[in-house]
Amino acid sequence: MTEHILRMSGITKTFPGVKALQDVNLSVRQGEIHAICGENGAGKSTLMKVLSGVYPYGEYDGEITFEGKRCEFGGIRDSEHAGIVIIHQELALSPQLSIAENIFLGNERAKRGLIDWNRTNYEAAELMKRVGLRENPTTPISDIGVGKQQLVEIAKALSKRVKLLILDEPTAALNDDDSAHLLDLLRELRDEGITCVIISHKLNEVTAISDAVTIIRDGRTIETLDMATDHVTEDRIIAGMVGRALDNRYPPHEPTIGEEALRIEDWTVYSPSQPDRKVVDGASLTLRRGEIVGLAGLMGAGRTELAMSVFGRTYGVHISGKIFKNGKPIEIRNVQDAITHGIAYATEDRKRYGLNLIEDIKRNISAAGLKGLAKRGWVNENQEFRVAEQFHQSMNIKAPSVDSIVGKLSGGNQQKVVLSKWILTEPDVLILDEPTRGIDVGAKYEIYTIINRLADEGKAVLVISSELPELLGLCDRIYTLSEGRITGEVPRREATQESLMHLMTKGQE
Amino acid sequence: MNTAMTTGALRLRRVPGKYLPVVVTGCLLVAMFATGGIRYEGFATGQVILNVFIDNAFLLVVAVGMTFVILTGGIDLSVGSVVALSTMIAASLMEGPGWPPYLVVPLVLAVGSGLGLVMGYIVHAFDIQPFIVTLAGMFLARGLCYTIGTDSIPITDPTFTVFAQTRIDLFADLWISPSVLLAVAVVVVAAYVLHYTRFGRTVYATGGNEQSALLMGLPVGRTKIAVYTISGFCSALGGVLLSFYMLSGYGLHAVGMELDAIAAVVIGGTLLTGGSGFLLGTVLGVLVLGLIQTIISFEGTLSSWWTKIFIGMLLFVFIVLQRLFSARSRR
Repeated sequence: MTEHILRMSGITKTFPGVKALQDVNLSVRQGEIHAICGENGAGKSTLMKVLSGVYPYGEYDGEITFEGKRCEFGGIRDSEHAGIVIIHQELALSPQLSIAENIFLGNERAKRGLIDWNRTNYEAAELMKRVGLRENPTTPISDIGVGKQQLVEIAKALSKRVKLLILDEPTAALNDDDSAHLLDLLRELRDEGITCVIISHKLNEVTAISDAVTIIRDGRTIETLDMATDHVTEDRIIAGMVGRALDNRYPPHEPTIGEEALRIEDWTVYSPSQPDRKVVDGASLTLRRGEIVGLAGLMGAGRTELAMSVFGRTYGVHISGKIFKNGKPIEIRNVQDAITHGIAYATEDRKRYGLNLIEDIKRNISAAGLKGLAKRGWVNENQEFRVAEQFHQSMNIKAPSVDSIVGKLSGGNQQKVVLSKWILTEPDVLILDEPTRGIDVGAKYEIYTIINRLADEGKAVLVISSELPELLGLCDRIYTLSEGRITGEVPRREATQESLMHLMTKGQE
Repeated sequence: MNTAMTTGALRLRRVPGKYLPVVVTGCLLVAMFATGGIRYEGFATGQVILNVFIDNAFLLVVAVGMTFVILTGGIDLSVGSVVALSTMIAASLMEGPGWPPYLVVPLVLAVGSGLGLVMGYIVHAFDIQPFIVTLAGMFLARGLCYTIGTDSIPITDPTFTVFAQTRIDLFADLWISPSVLLAVAVVVVAAYVLHYTRFGRTVYATGGNEQSALLMGLPVGRTKIAVYTISGFCSALGGVLLSFYMLSGYGLHAVGMELDAIAAVVIGGTLLTGGSGFLLGTVLGVLVLGLIQTIISFEGTLSSWWTKIFIGMLLFVFIVLQRLFSARSRR
């Protein structure tokens, strides 16, 4: 049996109020490709940050042994010195610098303090040959695609004499050809003796290239499977990823489903940063009055992109497709159009995109629907105060008054402000993107109750969520999205976490 | 009844938080006035305050425009140059071809607004930092002054001289100039617009969080263009007031005034990052700057550079105060 290059044992990492990792164990053998699987928020990335020293020794409990030695990394430099290199999902390259400069960034080939450009470019070319990157070393990073940038990152890792390479969602942003090339490269590196840990949502890739899989759920290690001896299938991994019971965290709701409110047909969106990559690919979906519809998908599946492109083209380029409101085709060119057509979108990142944190509750609630509170441009402040006070009561926003600054409220109360703001615009269709992210359990129940109430008032609600139990507990019907395409539409009664996860990880055939 | 009283009480308790910087500036102003009154004979009269208004009416108008821009999170460095250009255009047209003031003044205002409009459009359409766009505007306007003339052009137009010399008597020997009335009118109108219109709300929302304002369907682009236009208009109006005050047009008028205006706005408690602040604060900020000058001149022995030193120290204090304040409200 080959020896273990890395052992992490009993890793526990706590953030204020949350245990992100609890007693996690991970053992990686020398020269293998080891996959880590888990749902969004299971703790995979946190674990890798502990390993690479982003969270320095002392901020977590537990023990890391690398090549037989105990490690106490104080930062990324320490872990890189030991031979552990992490490549994050968002690549850490400097776009204006050349490939060669990026490869040796922070590790420059210098002679007496001056950069030796010949050596830099020569060695860069050698490394680029190893990763199969055919470009001139002096080409700026911004001139090459994401797939090639990923290769530059790997070349950079090789330049640091990497022994353990960690890749976080390496293929999430890549097209099929680039993904295939990257996976081949990882196999080659393995044959050269470099150990790889990859975090991936794409289970077909995991089963195709890895030698072992560790499954993490809710911050705990569930199991480690050996690909060769355990006959691991995608089903087997999914069972490990989701296996938990639904409890009574959702208010009961009997839907009264009415007419079709919004229909989207053949909706295609391209990425603004890579205009040749489809982020949403021919998606079609229908929302009906009084119905709560879920949209499930893993990170990078295109959920938010779909929602935002529909909501006044706030994301994406070359958007094509049709939108029907109450059966009639409509044109939505900007947010104002969307609001006029009775569509509201509550963002997944309310602090950055949903609220004016330095402003008070009253003005945040009135911001989007100010038209209804103003006559010829002049705001009726008394009416504004009354309306805000109504929401303060009806949404149970816990704040001393509607003059409280929104930035000081808890996540749950901030979300209630966001919902109030959109309800004031009197929408027929509400798109709620991760409505309970970062909210404690009690407030979640309140948000669910509000969502149910909105549906009962005859509004169509689309809930985007990373938490499958939430979708199963709340929605009447669930769409699944994978790599930009709708891969399934399942009524609540027939949906299980396993069946959804299958559809969500379905790759392109 | 009972609930009305509790909400009333709660509203009162909130006042210090949001208005804190303005209250601090107000207290500072009172303290400065009291110190001056104790130290110097003849300082503690109403006319001293009114003189500050009279001497700084143009700065007040310019600072009003600057307040709009800074509230959206932008900056306008061109104001001083636009003021100078306005005095230059006014003086040259009235003295050279002898145009009447009722043609010249609207023309000057249109030129200032037009410059602001163009800068605002560039900021919005090309998504360029306002700092660099208005820096370009600053050079442009200053340079244009010298294409009109390199020397100071005296203004002898009777309407202007009458306007410059008119005293409006208030009670008890107190008086103000017509410029002060105009400046106060500008402040009042601007305060109303900022506080009571959808446009004003959009200004605050844009400065508070531009991305969220966009996702609420607010007309962010239009608003940004509008605030630079307003700032251009205010600068031109400030230029007209300055030419009443100086009775001349000159390319070296109002050098560095953009910085005085920014200082007044910041000392008035408006966040330089946008989204928070009041016009009342800007008025107090201008008064603080003016009162520093008055105190220095009463002192007699200090050189006028001490004005700058005091303004510098005050600015340090205020930006630190703002940082502490905003750090607290973000939490």
